[in-house]
This record gives sequence, C-alpha cells and structure tokens, in this order.
Amino acid sequence: MPRMTMIEAIRDAHGVKMAEDDNVVVFGEDVGYFGGVFRCTAGLQERFGKSRCFDAPINESGIVGTAIGMAAFGLRPVVEMQFADYVYPAYDQIVSEAARLRYRSAGDFTCPLVVRMPTGGGIFGGQTHSQSPEALFTHVSGLKTVVPSNPYDAKGLLIAAIEDNDPVIFLEPKRLYNGPFDGDHDKPVTPWSKHPLGEVPDGRYIVPLGKGAIRREGAALTVLAYGTMVHVAEAAAEMVGIDAEIVDLRTLMPLDLDLIEASVKKTGRCLVVHEATLTSGFGAELVAVVADACFYHLEAPIVRVAGWDTPYPHAQEWDYFPGQARIGGAMKRVMEG
Amino acid sequence: MAARPRKSASNASAGKAAKSVSESSAEQIVKTLEHFDAPAPAKFSKDDEIRSYRDMLLIRRFEEKAGQLYGMGFIGGFCHLYIGQEAVVVGMQMAMKDGDQVVTGYRDHGHMLATGMEARGVMAELTGRRSGYSRGKGGSMHMFSKEKKFYGGHGIVGAQVPIGTGLAFSNKYEGTDAIAITYFGDGAANQGQVYESFNMASLWKLPVVYVVENNRYAMGTSVNRASAETDFSHRGLSFKIPGFQVDGMDVRAVKAAGDLAAEHCRSGEGPIILEMMTYRYRGHSMSDPAKYRTRDEVQKMRSESDPIEQVKKRLVSDHGMSEDDVKAIDKEVRDVVADAADFAQSDPEPDPSELWTDIYADDIPQAAE
Repeated sequence: MPRMTMIEAIRDAHGVKMAEDDNVVVFGEDVGYFGGVFRCTAGLQERFGKSRCFDAPINESGIVGTAIGMAAFGLRPVVEMQFADYVYPAYDQIVSEAARLRYRSAGDFTCPLVVRMPTGGGIFGGQTHSQSPEALFTHVSGLKTVVPSNPYDAKGLLIAAIEDNDPVIFLEPKRLYNGPFDGDHDKPVTPWSKHPLGEVPDGRYIVPLGKGAIRREGAALTVLAYGTMVHVAEAAAEMVGIDAEIVDLRTLMPLDLDLIEASVKKTGRCLVVHEATLTSGFGAELVAVVADACFYHLEAPIVRVAGWDTPYPHAQEWDYFPGQARIGGAMKRVMEG
Repeated sequence: MAARPRKSASNASAGKAAKSVSESSAEQIVKTLEHFDAPAPAKFSKDDEIRSYRDMLLIRRFEEKAGQLYGMGFIGGFCHLYIGQEAVVVGMQMAMKDGDQVVTGYRDHGHMLATGMEARGVMAELTGRRSGYSRGKGGSMHMFSKEKKFYGGHGIVGAQVPIGTGLAFSNKYEGTDAIAITYFGDGAANQGQVYESFNMASLWKLPVVYVVENNRYAMGTSVNRASAETDFSHRGLSFKIPGFQVDGMDVRAVKAAGDLAAEHCRSGEGPIILEMMTYRYRGHSMSDPAKYRTRDEVQKMRSESDPIEQVKKRLVSDHGMSEDDVKAIDKEVRDVVADAADFAQSDPEPDPSELWTDIYADDIPQAAE
C-alpha cells in the first residue's frame, strides 16, 4: 500500500474527486500554478487544467463568497485559505451565507462547499500563522467542522467532505503535514512513512464525518483530543505510564457523542486537550457533553489542557503549546482527583 | 471519467481594454467608457408598456399592502419596501433571458415579483406562514426560488455581491450564455467585498451585471455623507470595468441599459456596472423617522418622476388606451394582491417540527437539554 505524508494524502483526495466529478473546482491563493503554500494542490492544475484548479487574488471574503455562488449553482468548490489565521475576512460569508443557505431557502438551495485551511502552531509562525479557530465554526449551526490527525484520515475525510452536501470547514494541523508530531520539538519528527496511518490506499474511500476513532485503548482515563494533540497525548500517556484511552474525535461537528459517552463511562475519568485557547474553546463544549451524559459515572472532575488565554507567542511557542509535560501532569491530576 | 469540455473560466484572454499596448491605461478607460455611454431609452411597443405598467404596479400595490399588514401586526421584524424603485427591476427583467440569475440584498420583494415568483408565496413568507417561499425560515430578507433562478434575498449588506460573481463564474464554467444580475445599493457599494468581486469578475471576464440601485440614502445616511466618489458607475475604473448612470425612474431607459449590459456580458467582455439613479419613497424600513430628508424632496420625486405614472400617461396619450382600460389592469393587480394578503393571513403557521429542518442535509446527532 502507498505511504504518503498528510500533504500527499490531501493532494490525492483532490485528485480522486476532480477525476470523478467535474463539478469539483479547486481554487485559492497560490493554489494553481504554485501548488499551494504547503504544496497540497501541487500538480492539480497540470493534470486537470486551469479552469479546474486556479489561483485567486488575495481576498478571502471574495474567494469564499464566489465559491458560495458556485455551490448554490451546483458546483462543488474546494477552496483553500492559505492559513486558518487568514479566514477572518471570510467569516461573514461562511456564517451568514454558506452555513445558512439551506435553512433560509427551506432547502431550495444548498452549499456543498469545502473550505480547507492549515491550522495550529508548532512552526514558529507567531500569532497570525499559528491559531486554531475551530470553535468559531463549531459554534455556527449549518457548518460541519473536521480536523484530521493523520494521512489516512485526511484523505478519507476530505473525500467525504467534498461529497457532503453541506459546507465543511476542513482544518489541517500544519505541524502534522510531514509526520506525527508528538510535542517533542527537540528531536526530528518521525516521518509518516514509518507510521501505520501513513498507509493510504489508492482511489476513493471515505472516513465518514461524525465518527471518531480510538487511537489507544486504555482503562484508566479517557483523553478527548483531535489533530496534533492526539499524538502529543499518546506520547504523554507513555511518558507518565498511565493506561489512557485516547479518543481522536476527527470531526467536531457532527460530534461522535456515542463514542465519547462509551469511553468515559468505561474509564470514569476524562481529560480534554486542545491547542486552541482555553476560554470558550471547543473543550468547554466537550466538558459539558461529558458532564451531561456521564455525570454519575465520573470518579474525578473533568480537566482541560489547552493553549493559554494569550495571543500565540513567537519566541515562547513551546511554553504556550500544550506539550507532553502539561498533558502528563494533567493525567496524573485526573487519576488523583 | 473525462471532464466535460468547458470554456476556461479563469484564464480567458483579456478583453478589448488590453488590445492596444501603446495606449495608456487612462486612455483605454476613457475609450471604454465612451463606448458605454448610456443608450437612449428603449422604444416600447404597446405590449411592452402594458407589461411594464402591470409589473411595476404589482410591486407598488404589493408593497403598499405589506406596509398595511405590517401596521396591523401581521408582519413582524424587518420589512424594507421598494416603492419608488419599481422601474429598476422591471426594466432589467425585460432585458433578461431565461436562465439568467438574479441575486440581491434585503430590499428584495420587488426583485422576486419581477422574476415571476408568486405574490402569495412572498406575502406568506412576510407573515411567517408555512406556504411562504422559505416556509417561514427566512422572512422578508431571505427568500429564494430555484425555479425562477432567484438566488436571494440577503440580509447582510453587500454579501450577495461575491455570490453573484460566483454564479457568473458558474455560467462561464458551464459554457452557457447566462448572465448573473447582481443588485446592491449605494450603501453596499462601500463594502470591501464588492471590490474583491469587481477584481475577480474583471480578471476572469465573468458575465455579471452589477446593478447599483442608488436610491440616495444608505438607511439614513445620504450618499454624499458616506461616499468619497458619489458616481458609482465609476467605481469599477480601477478594475477596468465600464459603467454608466441610468435614469432608474424610466423603465425604458433601464431596459435599454439592461440590453446593452446583457449583450456586453454575453459576448464575453466581462462585467459591467449600471448605476440606477432611483429613489425610495418610503423609509429605509418600517421604523424610520425620515429626518434625513424633507417631505418636499419626496413629494417632488413622486409628482415629477414616478415610474408608474410615466407609463400610465403614455398608455393613454401614445397608445390610445382609455382610463377604463388602465383601470382594468389596476383591478387585476389589486385582485392578485388582495388574494395574496388573504392567503398570507389564513395560511397556517409552520409546523413546530420545522424548527429542526433544513439545517443540514441529514439529521445529525446534537446534544440536547
């Protein structure tokens, strides 16, 4: 089976859908000729032509708004925001138009649109190239929000997103593009070619939206994580020697409520981890869901580990980033609680 | 599967503005603009006059009735009436072909009626009933019709402009000769995404007619208090988009401008801007103290420039219609509006289950109380 990086897997997902369906149109800033700042669309313009994959001016609101018009017409646009930090000018279009087109037209028009964007830190990008804005999207009814953690999922989830009949926000943890970064920034990252989830089948397959996965089975406590934090949490569990069950949510909306409930009821303890800032982060929603569904099964308070409530720092990136030490420490607290 | 053969939507060769390399950009723009001087008003046959009279009167009477129902408490929330501006949508509609799309902002009842959407369905949406075009989910500002190619109805000022641009992209991508008529007001013309759209539409030579409905007031702010350049037809110059001002109170002038713009777009020349000089008689919405203009100003427009009265006079003086003939049309229109109003008051409210429908394609599990 072919082994791919997450970049190659995302590129492959585009290729599969563009070959299958000429309603799929891919565009964004430097997406066509250049192949994307992270190379996720490299080769698509050569293969499918300039009308299927092309460059847009630097105008995120215009890119997303134009794509919404195309989606309402019946095309399936896939657009790239060069960084998730650049999406804010397009937020009006995403919230007021893409998310609401189906509802406000009572189903007459729909918006099958995918907005991809590299998310998260770990590359010394500072405050405008490192943010994790997922909670801004999960808060909006009508949107689906996806965060893959490995190449296999990235391809299957992106194909599912392109085939989905609703607008999907597809957040790609950029620190995972080339390997399963586990938070240890002093050593080189293991390449995806040496990881089982770097095995990516040829052709079409989907990972369904709304289904999480258990990355590590365990009996002591449940860790709810997504994206980069899945790998950091796995490493932290090894570090502190706690038999944690690591749940990779994969999609935040729809959320795999059944998987979360079953795991927490089994372990009786829950730790929630994300890289985004703490206050009003998606972790708050997860804590509420767990408290609601599993309250009488809990043996300790639910704990959150998240980015600090500060702008994303440059020099002090690793003090901000929720690394193995913080997550491991929190695991111990949950076990003692 | 091989892709269907399609025109290249993003890399069409540049249009006439780029032909002569020896000319400066400024000279090219001047030439382009000269080419697009406002045309003379269209010559209307008797049938054209009757159609435009009827269609404009339907909008006028519909809006008057909506205002009444609002006052009586049957319509809640926001309600932006189109009275005074009827010639714009009716003239443009007369220039359109089947397959062309329309998208607009929140002052949208007139646009919907002009496309042929049913008065009953529009009025029932205003009253929030289950037979409304959006089954009560949208209200005054958010209605749609796939059948009539009406893409909304958008409550966020200017947000429809990139959407219209995307529709135009789709037309080019599919290789059809359809054009996207994208309406917005003088207020929306100051939104940044309008200019993002202008740039992309011109760069990619998209078949989109940007219709600026300049009714002189963005809510309560007059054009000259909000806009450094008050000639909106010139707002496309930096993007090499030609434009011109049109007497938006004369349906024949609008029709002629629409014809020219449609031909421009269909021939692959890219976007064009039509600035419709128009006027709204009523307030911005139903709660407008109207202190930003004088009664005399409104009265002068009503008595000297009313789009419907202009046609009515011609029907009698130029086309030999009697007062009774005209009244017969009036009655027909009143009956349609009365029927719509009755329907919109008697139609049931949405079923409670509608609270949870049309949010996603499928039911999805959500946390609940």
